[in-house]
Amino acid sequence: MSTVENISATTPHLDRHERLSLTWGDPPGILGWFMTVNHKRVGKRFMITAFIFFLLGGLLAVLMRLQLSRPENHFLGPDKYNQIFTMHGSTMMFLFAVPMMFEALSVYFVPLMVGARNIAFPRLNAFSYYVYVFGGIMLWVAFVYNAGPDVGWFAYPPLSGPAFTPGKRADFWAQMITFTELSGLAVAVEVVVTVMKTRAPGMSLNRLPIFCWAEVITSLMVIFAMPAVMLSSTMLIMDRLIATHFFNPSEGGDALLYQHMFWFFGHPEVYIIFIPGTGIVSTIIAAFSRRKVFGYTALVLSTVATGFIGFGVWVHHMFATGLPQLSENFFTAASLMIVVPTGVQFFCWIATLWSGRLHFELPMQWIGGFFFVFLIGGLTGLMLAAVPLDWQVHDTYFVVAHFHYVLLGGAVFPLFGAFYYWFPKITGRMLGEALGKLHFWLFFIGFNLTFFPMHILGLRGMPRRIYTYPVEMHWGSVNALESIGAILMGLGVLAFIWNVFQSNRFGRIAGADPWGAGTLEWATTSPPPNYNFLDLPTVGGREPLWENAPDQPIVTGVREDMREVLVTRPMDAEPEHLTLYPSPTIWPFLTSLAVTGLFIGSIFTPWAVVWGAIPVAITLTGWFWPTKKETEEKKEIEVWENR
Amino acid sequence: MNLFRHNSRVFGIAAILWLASCGGQQPQQTMFRPVGPMSARIEGLWWFIFAIAVAVFVIVWIFLAGAAARRRVHEQLPPELNPDPAREQRYLRRVMVATGITLVVLFAILGHTVVTSKYMNSLQSKNPVTIQVYGHQWWWEVQYPNDDASLWVTTANEIHVPVGVPIVLQTGSRDVIHSFWAPNIQGKRDLIPGHSSAIWFQVDKEGTYRGQCAEFCGHQHAHMAFYIIAESPEKFQAWLDQQRKPAPDPANATLAHGKDVFEKGTCMMCHTIRGTNAGSHVGPDLTHIGSRTSIAAATLPNNPGALAGWISDPQAIKPGVRMPPNPLTGPDLQALVAYLQSLK
Repeated sequence: MSTVENISATTPHLDRHERLSLTWGDPPGILGWFMTVNHKRVGKRFMITAFIFFLLGGLLAVLMRLQLSRPENHFLGPDKYNQIFTMHGSTMMFLFAVPMMFEALSVYFVPLMVGARNIAFPRLNAFSYYVYVFGGIMLWVAFVYNAGPDVGWFAYPPLSGPAFTPGKRADFWAQMITFTELSGLAVAVEVVVTVMKTRAPGMSLNRLPIFCWAEVITSLMVIFAMPAVMLSSTMLIMDRLIATHFFNPSEGGDALLYQHMFWFFGHPEVYIIFIPGTGIVSTIIAAFSRRKVFGYTALVLSTVATGFIGFGVWVHHMFATGLPQLSENFFTAASLMIVVPTGVQFFCWIATLWSGRLHFELPMQWIGGFFFVFLIGGLTGLMLAAVPLDWQVHDTYFVVAHFHYVLLGGAVFPLFGAFYYWFPKITGRMLGEALGKLHFWLFFIGFNLTFFPMHILGLRGMPRRIYTYPVEMHWGSVNALESIGAILMGLGVLAFIWNVFQSNRFGRIAGADPWGAGTLEWATTSPPPNYNFLDLPTVGGREPLWENAPDQPIVTGVREDMREVLVTRPMDAEPEHLTLYPSPTIWPFLTSLAVTGLFIGSIFTPWAVVWGAIPVAITLTGWFWPTKKETEEKKEIEVWENR
Repeated sequence: MNLFRHNSRVFGIAAILWLASCGGQQPQQTMFRPVGPMSARIEGLWWFIFAIAVAVFVIVWIFLAGAAARRRVHEQLPPELNPDPAREQRYLRRVMVATGITLVVLFAILGHTVVTSKYMNSLQSKNPVTIQVYGHQWWWEVQYPNDDASLWVTTANEIHVPVGVPIVLQTGSRDVIHSFWAPNIQGKRDLIPGHSSAIWFQVDKEGTYRGQCAEFCGHQHAHMAFYIIAESPEKFQAWLDQQRKPAPDPANATLAHGKDVFEKGTCMMCHTIRGTNAGSHVGPDLTHIGSRTSIAAATLPNNPGALAGWISDPQAIKPGVRMPPNPLTGPDLQALVAYLQSLK
C-alpha cells in the first residue's frame, strides 16, 4: 500500500494542516530522531551543537586568561597551554564560527525566507550534521585523553610534521578539518540549490532577502575555499602517516607552500564567518528602522565584491616570510581595496538608520555593539595591511586583539542579535528583556576590557602564543585586567543561557511576527510547522509581508499527500516544474558512521582507507536504493503529469 | 613624517598609549622607542594610520549617534513603504561622496605604505657588518663569518653590533619556523627552513635591546629571547677580537677540574668550547659563555647560582628543552660552574 493511499484515500477526514503534518513529519521515537531530514530540526541541532562548542572554546579561553593573569604563572605548563590555545582556535573557527554563522543559520532560515517546504537535498543535510558532530567529538575526545593538537590552529609544518610532533596529536587536528569541511561543502551545495531553484514564485533574484544573499555568497566562497584546506591538511597528514614529504624541506618539500595553501582558504574563511554577520545586520536594521534597507543593490554587490576580493588577500598573513616588495605591495593594495565594499555597506546601514524610524529593541543593541567593535577591528586591519607596520605587529597580541575585534564584532555580536531576533520564531516565545540587557552589557564591557588592552601589549612587544612571560617585562598588570574582562564575558554568556532556559518555558508568547518584520519566515506560525507554510506563498516585493497585495495569490496544485515541492527558475523564480523531496531515513546517519570509521581509522593505519571503503559503499547504496513507497509516489506523479 | 607623528600625539588616546608604553623599567622591547632608522620610519607609519583610524571612528560614531537620536520612537510603527524619493536621492549622493573619501584615504595609506616599504629596502652597503643568525628550538645561533676560518666566531643568544653602520643578518632555521623580532630596531622576519632571508638594519643608539621569537615554534616558544647589544665600533671590535680567541686554559685546579667534568661528562656531547676537546654543534657554543649576560636564550641572568640550577635541572626551568638533567655532585657542579664563568 503506497503512502498516497495511506494519507489521501484512507484519511479523507483530515484537514490540510493534519495532512501536511503527516506528509512532512518524522517517524516517532528515538529512531525517528536519527531519521529526520527536516531542515528546522537539523538546523536547531547545528545551532545547539555549535553553541556547545562555543562554550567549550570559551572555557579554554578562560583557562588561558588564568594562566596569563600573572607573570611566571605555573597554573598550566607549556604542554597543556599549547594544546589549549590550539583547541581554542580550532574549536572556535571550525566547530563554532563556520557551523554557526553559515551552516546552522542558513539551514534553518534560508528555506523559510525563500518560502520553501524544506532545504534542497535534505538527506545530505542530515548527513552533513552527523559528520560535523562526529568530527568535533573526535577532536575533543582526543583532547580529553591528552592527545589534543598542540601546533596552533593553522598547524604550520615543519613543526606539525612527523619530525617535530610525533604521536597522533596533529593527525586528529588534520582529520577534524576533513570532517568539518566535508560538512561545510555539503551545506554549501544545499544552500545554493535551495536559493537558486526553490524560491517562492515572484521572488526574483533582486527580491531575495539580503540575509539569503549573504548565505549564498558564503556558500560559493565555501565551495572555492574549503577544498584548499582539505588538500593542505590531507597533504600534511600524508606527510605524517605515509612520509610523502610535501612540506619537508630536507627532502625537497616546501614549508612555505603549506602557508599559501592554508591561507588561500584561511582568509576567505574569515569572510565566510563575517558575511553572514553582514546579512544579519542588514536584516535587523531594516526591521527596526521600519523601512526597506537603503541601497539594496549596493549592499548585495558589495557582498559579492567582498567574496571576490577575499580570495586575493591571503598573502597579508605571510608578510613576515620575506616575499619580494612588489608582491607584498600588491597584497597591501588588495587588502585595502576590501575596505571599499565594507565601507559602502556601513554607509548604506547608516543611511537606513538615519532615514528610518528607529525602534530600539534587544536585537538592536547587539547591532550597536557590532558597529563599535567591528569598526575598531576594521581600522586596526588597515594597520595590518601596511607591510612594514605588519612586520612589527604580526604574531603579537596586537593581532590577537585585531582578529577578536573583527571576528567577535563581525560574527558574534550580530549572532547574539540574531538569537534575540529569531528566538521567538524558533521557540514561539520572546527572550527576557532584563537578562538580555544584563547579557549585553556584561559581554560588551568584558569584551573591550579583555581585548582592547591587547593592542597595547602587542605594541609593547608581547608575542602571541607564549605560555608565560618574565616579570621584568611589566606585562603583568595589563594581563590581569584582561583576565577580569574574560570573566565578565563568561558571566554575560551565563546570563544568556539562563535567559534561554527561562524564556523557553515562561517567556512571553511571541505570535507569528512580533517585530512586524517583512520577510517570509514571519509569515508562518512560531514555531513553524514541519511543512513550514500552510499556503505556499508568492512574493510581490523585497519585504513580502509589507509589500504583498491584499489579494496576493498563493501557490496551488502542489500535492499535500506526498513531499512534492515547486521548482522555480534561478533568475525570475517563475514556476518550472514539480519534484519530490526524499522522505526520512536512517541511511545518512549510517553513512556518517561509516565515513567516521574510515576517517578515524586512517589516522592509525592506511588500510582503513581500503577496508573502511566497504561500509561506506554499503551505506551509500542503501541511501540511494529506491524504496517501494518512493517508486509508487513517482508513478503517481507520472500519471498526474500525463493527464 | 616627524611632523605628523607629533601632531597626532595630541590625541588623548595617543597620549595614554604613549604613557602606557613608557611606564616601568621594562627591558627595551617596544616599537615605541625606535633606536634605528627602520623602526623610526615604521613608527611614523603607525602614527599616520592611527590618526586616520581615530578620525574615521569618531566620524562614523557621530553619524550613528545622530541616527539613533534623530527619529527614535518607542513603539513599533508600521513600515514606511515609499520613502521620499528626493531624500533617497540625496542620501545616495552622500553615500557616493563618503565612498569617494574612503578611496582617497585608502590611497593615502597605500602611498605611505609603499614609500615606507621602499625605504625598508633602501639600506644598502657594499661593506655591511654581516652576521648569520639561525633559529633552533629554543635558542639562537649567532655567527660572525670571516674568510679566515680561524677568525670565524660562533656564539649564541646575544648579538653584538656596532652603532651607526648598516648591518645585515643572514638568517635561516635549523629545525622549525622561527621569527626574529627586536621591535626597537626593525620589524620581524620569519626564519623558514629551506629558505634564507636577509634582514637589514642600523642601530643609532648604544644600549641593550631585547627581542623574542614571534612564530610559534613548540614547547618553549615563550623562552626564546635574545639581546642585541649595540656598542661603539671600538668596543664592538674589542669584543669581536676577544671572541675570536679560543677558550683560555684553566688557571687553577678548581677550573681544571671543571674542564674535566665538562669533557668527561655529557656536556661535550652537545656543546663546543673551542680550544678543548668539546666540538659538538647540537647546543650553543660555550667558548666565551662567561662573557654573556644571560643564559638559556635570555631566560636567566648569567650568574653562578642560575647557571648551577640550569645545569642540574634545565627541565624545571624550560620544560621540554632539549638539554637533559645533569645530576652532578656538589663539588663537580661548583667546579664546572666556576670553569664556565671563567670563559670570558
